[in-house]
Amino acid sequence: MSFFQTKHLTKAFGGLIAVNDLSFEIEEGEIFGLIGPNGSGKTTVFNLISAYYPITSGAIHFRGREINGMPTWKICKEGIGRTFQIVKPLRRMTVLENVMTSAFCRTANFGVAKDRAVEVLHFCEMEKKLDFSARSLTIGDRKRLEIARALATEPKLLLLDETMAGLTPQEQAEGVLLIRKIRDSGIAIIIVEHIMQVIMNLCDRILCINYGQEIARGTPPEVANNQAVVEAYLGRD
Amino acid sequence: MKHRPALTALGVLAVLAIFPLVISSDYYRHIVIIALMWVVIGSSWNLLAGYTGQISFGHAIFFGVGAYSAGICTTKLGISAWWGMLLGGPLAMLSGLLLGWICFRLRGSYFNLATLAIGEVFRQVAIFWRDLTDGMQGILIITTFRSKVIYYFLALGLAALCVFTISRIMKSKWGFYFIAIREDQDAAEAMGISSFRYKSLSLAVSSFFTGLAGAFYMNYMGFIDPEVVFSLYFISIMAILVAIIGGAGTIWGPAVGAFIMVLLHELFRSSFFGYAPKWVSSTHALAFGLLVILAIRFMANGVVGDLPRIFNLWTRKEPIPPVEEGSGL
Repeated sequence: MSFFQTKHLTKAFGGLIAVNDLSFEIEEGEIFGLIGPNGSGKTTVFNLISAYYPITSGAIHFRGREINGMPTWKICKEGIGRTFQIVKPLRRMTVLENVMTSAFCRTANFGVAKDRAVEVLHFCEMEKKLDFSARSLTIGDRKRLEIARALATEPKLLLLDETMAGLTPQEQAEGVLLIRKIRDSGIAIIIVEHIMQVIMNLCDRILCINYGQEIARGTPPEVANNQAVVEAYLGRD
Repeated sequence: MKHRPALTALGVLAVLAIFPLVISSDYYRHIVIIALMWVVIGSSWNLLAGYTGQISFGHAIFFGVGAYSAGICTTKLGISAWWGMLLGGPLAMLSGLLLGWICFRLRGSYFNLATLAIGEVFRQVAIFWRDLTDGMQGILIITTFRSKVIYYFLALGLAALCVFTISRIMKSKWGFYFIAIREDQDAAEAMGISSFRYKSLSLAVSSFFTGLAGAFYMNYMGFIDPEVVFSLYFISIMAILVAIIGGAGTIWGPAVGAFIMVLLHELFRSSFFGYAPKWVSSTHALAFGLLVILAIRFMANGVVGDLPRIFNLWTRKEPIPPVEEGSGL
């Protein structure tokens, strides 16, 4: 039994099939890349895993349990954390309060939640911004806050949805280090990203999809040299 | 000067406790009793709307259910209406959970409209279910005490209990979850928060205290009818005004708002204690409307939420910052 597995995952919005018969599995401690051109269904896959949309058919297994059909908050409790491509900071809360709210996922104790939140914010190198209000953060920090908040729920699997988009090259380099650090702490990661340098650098394996269907999978060099992938991104001669 | 909320609270409580012992006029005591009752209702509304982001136009439901629980104790069960102080809260909470079960699947304005509609349903039921409520005839009971002082301290106790409970909730896991749901329900769900469960908890506490206030009203006033206690304007809308004028999403806002609104209401009702022409008393709805427009334009976060701005406006020491999105709605 794999750590995480989707079986024939399919999602139809009316007549449009956004995700079509997608099967993949992830091992513990792996960084798994999900790539594809705009509109290919990457974010939809995340929304299916975290149950923002019900799946049309197929199944999702996580640590030996079928998790499709559970509500979103329950999936978080099961140990799958996620970030949002369009960041969702709790605007009228401080950075610390944002992360504390997440930490309450595993404890009802104020002090424990606060300690845990401070610890996570140190891990994410945001310890100087504990008392900043979330709405005052730059986009780089907002993306980092998304990650910190997901980490504070103590996930075993983390879904990162374009956490590098819109960041400066410097911030991207720091982001890559942070993601490695997260993996080294024993958390498996599925990463959706458009910046190929980041993806190629980080991932153990990559799945490339287009029109909701798998077109290639393998190690970063294999996928980068795959004819179907190049065509999907650049078109045919 | 260091800000000490607990000390401020004790100071306010002390002043309010001394008030009826110093002021012997039953008229002024009555006004403060009603204001204290509105502290309870406004704070309860604020927990659900100001903190949890679920703006209810139906708080008259809980007030009415509380009031009628007390009244029906006497008219149908033949026991003291004071039993309503025990029954009113839980029964209002039950109707709250029913409302939540129906309405929490809706978001935003759809939720608001659903609460408005269900509020009207309750009013109609109270009018037409004559066997239980005596319909428009209302319920008249003989009040227990002639002295207002006992009612005064009861109202003060209720208000203090309500504000204290809510301030404690807001410093706990529940409070963090409530605000998270207000700020972004999708993000909250991704953080492991069952938005339905925590919205229901917020509504349960909110409706419980509003029901208590209703049961108190029956015992204090001695008369209720559906148009009074299930009133959209005099209860549901007033609850919103109290919290918004005072400062939604703050602990003290609704308490301050309750005193402002009750005093204003009394000023207009009495044509400024008879100093203004009589027709002024019929303009109070208009005046409240204007007040809301002014409040939203100049202090969208209420008196408490915009206190620093108002203070700057007064002293003109610092440049006046624009109205900022604060802790309110």
